Amino acid sequence: MMEVTSISEGIIIDHVPAGTALKVLNYLRIDPTTASIALIMNTTSNRYGSKDIIKIQNAPDVDLDVLGLIAPNATVDIVKDSRIVAKKRPRLPQKVTNVLSCVNPRCVTSTEHGIDQIFRLTNPETGEYRCLYCDEAAEL
Amino acid sequence: MAERIPPDSQFDNLNGRSVVTLDDVSTSQISYLLRKARFISNHLPEVSQAAAGKILATLFYEPSTRTRLSFETAMLRLGGHVIGFSSAQNASVSKGESISDTVKTVSNYADVVAIRHPKEGAALVAAHAASIPVINAGDGGHMHPTQTLADLATLQSRFGRITDLTVGLCGDLTFGRTVHSLIETLCRFGNVRFILISPKELRTPQYVLDRITASESCSYEEVSDLTSVIGDLDALYMTRVQKERFFNEDDYLRLRDTYILDMEKLALAKPTMAVLHPLPRVTEISTDVDNDPRAAYFEQVRNGMLMRMALMSSVVGITLPGFAEDRPQEVQA
Ligand SMILES: [Zn+2]
Repeated sequence: MMEVTSISEGIIIDHVPAGTALKVLNYLRIDPTTASIALIMNTTSNRYGSKDIIKIQNAPDVDLDVLGLIAPNATVDIVKDSRIVAKKRPRLPQKVTNVLSCVNPRCVTSTEHGIDQIFRLTNPETGEYRCLYCDEAAEL
Repeated sequence: MAERIPPDSQFDNLNGRSVVTLDDVSTSQISYLLRKARFISNHLPEVSQAAAGKILATLFYEPSTRTRLSFETAMLRLGGHVIGFSSAQNASVSKGESISDTVKTVSNYADVVAIRHPKEGAALVAAHAASIPVINAGDGGHMHPTQTLADLATLQSRFGRITDLTVGLCGDLTFGRTVHSLIETLCRFGNVRFILISPKELRTPQYVLDRITASESCSYEEVSDLTSVIGDLDALYMTRVQKERFFNEDDYLRLRDTYILDMEKLALAKPTMAVLHPLPRVTEISTDVDNDPRAAYFEQVRNGMLMRMALMSSVVGITLPGFAEDRPQEVQA
């Protein structure tokens, strides 16, 4: 692991819900065993009491839709030449494809091969997603 | 005299469209289908060749003779033809063919598909794969839009309207998806008071109650005793209380009779009340009720066929001789 305080090129994902940094990396398909990552977990946040921070050196573009799904209140800082050059906020995507799997054993996605696993946003206030096919609620 | 159609209805056309859930059909389209079904009912000979040369494929991956006969009769009564299979055993699916591949194949043969499948969401998979309209004929207890259309048509024919009604729903309100679909659709039209009659074990799910609350003009009341409310009802929708829903036999036996409609309970109802049931019935409506003019459940079967005729003629884009396509939205009984 690198020095925690700074990265020169990459991204900082801040305001990640406390204790969920590894889960977020998993959803973003970033492999913590190969990527150059600093994790700060359960640190104090003015906004939420406690949070995780993820710093990724030389990060590829993160999928803001996927981040919005798993950590809608997170922020993304883009770092170049050791300076934050842009800030991005994830949004709740209307639809996520092949990120979540349906857990309903009666769902057609359990038997029909070759179809995408699609979840749609059914309640923007609660961030509830449901399977496009069977309407089962997503388990994040 | 014909009123002008609202401006949005120029986009409001079912031609070429699939119907997987009733969310795919606007309220003005539902009103249109109700009006069309009423027309068909009074003009069966005139429409008997309207779909000549059209082919319906009934892809039934699980047996449901009742629904399949209704779809097939509907197409035959429009002068069309029917192909298909009635269980997965005699279909290529037993060799492991996907729904998508089967439907893509059938798209080359037929003009419209009615699909029944035990898996939830199967009809949506079919609709995505097909190049012809797909109608969901039931996907594993998930959605069954033409059943709800039959229910609405029955209310329409009995009352001349599907709003301003007190509708009692009785029995299994937890697992009965036909009940949920009917409630949700009536809420889209508004002005319905729901009386939800069930044992506490089989109450209406919260999301359905929330849907009623979200509709400003609709309201509900939850009760456990049919006799105490039957006199208030315009319509009573009966469902089966299944033994396997209960933890023990005693509860089932104790509760079962409370939710059986017999002549004694019917005597407390309004003379104009309509009794609906999605059928098949087991014991929840005693057979002597059948001869009472309030029994509407066999009419419901006929209305199901009429609505399937209305829907299929619309999605395949044929016109019915004598039917005014752009007449006003409201329907007459
Ligand atoms: Zn599903």
